[in-house]
Amino acid sequence: MSIIENILLAISGLRSAKMRSLLTMLGIIIGIGSVIAIVTIGNAMTAAVTGQFSSFGIRNIDVGLYSKTGSYGTPSESDLLSMESIERFAERFAGKVDAYTLQESVGMGTAKDGRKYANVRVMGVNDGFAIAQNFKLQQGRFLNLREVKGTKNMAVVSDRLVTNLFPPNQSPLGQEIKVTIMNEIHTFTIVGVYKYEASAYEMNMGSEKDIMTMMYIPVSTAKRIAGTEEGYDYITVTASETADPTQLGMEIEEYFAKEYGRNQRYGIITYSMQSMLTEITTVMDTLKLAISIIAGISLLVGGIGVMNIMLVSVTERTREIGTRKALGARNSAIRIQFIVEAMIICLIGGIIGIILGLAMGFGGFSLMRSAMALDGFNASPDVSVIVVAVLFSMGIGVFFGYYPANKAAKLDPIEALRYE
Amino acid sequence: MDNLDNLDTEKRSIIEMDGVIKRFYIDTPNELTILKGISMSVREGEFLSIVGASGSGKSTLMNIIGALDRPTEGTYILGGENIQKMNTNKLSDVRNRRIGFVFQTFNLIPRTNALKNVELPMLYSGIPFMERTRRAKELLKTVGMEDRMKHLPSELSGGQKQRVAIARAMANDPDIILADEPTGALDTETGRMVMDIFHKLNREQGKTILLITHNPELAAETDRILTISDGEIIGEEILNATEDTGEIREEGEAAQ
Repeated sequence: MSIIENILLAISGLRSAKMRSLLTMLGIIIGIGSVIAIVTIGNAMTAAVTGQFSSFGIRNIDVGLYSKTGSYGTPSESDLLSMESIERFAERFAGKVDAYTLQESVGMGTAKDGRKYANVRVMGVNDGFAIAQNFKLQQGRFLNLREVKGTKNMAVVSDRLVTNLFPPNQSPLGQEIKVTIMNEIHTFTIVGVYKYEASAYEMNMGSEKDIMTMMYIPVSTAKRIAGTEEGYDYITVTASETADPTQLGMEIEEYFAKEYGRNQRYGIITYSMQSMLTEITTVMDTLKLAISIIAGISLLVGGIGVMNIMLVSVTERTREIGTRKALGARNSAIRIQFIVEAMIICLIGGIIGIILGLAMGFGGFSLMRSAMALDGFNASPDVSVIVVAVLFSMGIGVFFGYYPANKAAKLDPIEALRYE
Repeated sequence: MDNLDNLDTEKRSIIEMDGVIKRFYIDTPNELTILKGISMSVREGEFLSIVGASGSGKSTLMNIIGALDRPTEGTYILGGENIQKMNTNKLSDVRNRRIGFVFQTFNLIPRTNALKNVELPMLYSGIPFMERTRRAKELLKTVGMEDRMKHLPSELSGGQKQRVAIARAMANDPDIILADEPTGALDTETGRMVMDIFHKLNREQGKTILLITHNPELAAETDRILTISDGEIIGEEILNATEDTGEIREEGEAAQ
């Protein structure tokens, strides 16, 4: 008897008890379906998060203050990283560091021109910001070192702001805009325009026109507007291509440990994007594993269900087994018949599970994508997981089908023929 | 070699049974001897009936003849092969190729159609699909079931089922057809039709047929009747002596 004949025989057996076969498959369907759904969503989430992180710059290391005492008081100006200290550091690490970023958040503001307006979030940055964030401009240039040091009122704005404030044919470069920040009006000259892209980390409500976009100004100017003290509680360092970000992070900590050796309250700690990404990936993998274990339990229960139904089937078909044996079926032929039947149940269950899982995975991720503005990321079915799922469901069939099949194979033909 | 072949065809016996004893529950206080030394011989092309009351050991004898069971003692040679020495797989093959079973309760596989049922023994003997289907159709035609090939057993009457079962028994062109009360579940008229088919197969194709029955009228239609009681052959009646029966009578008498 060939495999194809066995398969056809098994299918004819299952077709005669469709409802029961389907119910038996349910455990397998749920088990396989949930694994596929989780893996599909999980992979897409990992890709989305990784993608977002990469856009920030995977080579970036945050260097910042931490409290040695564990209290959360405000650091005094002497605790902060001074401009001189930062420049010394940059010189010392010249070969390993491409750029460093200074940031000073000023807050929300509104650029107004008569009745026209645009919402902005004002952020003070230095020239290194463009390098660290791999910042692309549509028009003009980014803020330069002279402007950063000279406390100039220059700004890099979004194309959205330009659309809101300027007529389509007018170049915004060199134009002045009046921006109200904390009830004070400041005038800035536009030097560059970047293309606004929605990110997962801002939830914008309301119409497109009201979208709040970033406006970058020199960090020194930002400090003057915000009235904050000199010095920085953190800077972002971009490692050069040849340096290992994680290793460099440790070197930087060592360097600053000397400088902050005598400071009782504060020290310097580093976080590299790379190690954070590794952590996130680890969390994702753990989550995937945990759900896979639950799915595994569901598959185990499903498998036991298959075994149970096969045992019932063997008992019900005792006479048939006796007849087959009388007609010359070897024990092995009977065994294979029932194993194949169990395998087909599990395989069909597995395939339905895969289809259902993919549907849930794609559906679930598209919901998440619209909720979290993860544009440009797609749910990605993992082919290897699908292949494993198919093989695994067949394996369950063989494993849980063997005992009932063997029971059938070992039936005494005389007893079986006499069975009522 | 030529000489041997000639000898074989002239007076070839399909079944040679000598001193067959069957015991159950061996080595327990309940040990039971069902067959107490059966010796018999069946010639090729013979239509033999075995009659006996229930509990006579008739069924046990039938199981041994049908290679479903092995004798505890004695020899049973079927078509030149010694059954007693065979393992389970060999017994399956013997049943498959040498024996065609016809049961009282038909025993058709319920969820497959008549054609597939007839194909079943050929499936186990590894005959290719096309050849299998062709032969199964031919056999169904022989029993007059060619227009019901696609019907499920549940869609057939008792007589039709038994005709399908006879076609199935013929599938691998067996040495003997072993029919256990084949008309037991049928009314007189359809029972008659089934018996006619057996006669036709015996007459036209020279099939050796063993009919197990408790109906003396049916037994009277056959060539020879063996009566079994309490595990022994107690009588032999030759009704329709054809040729060269001397040897068989001798062996039959020896059994008594």
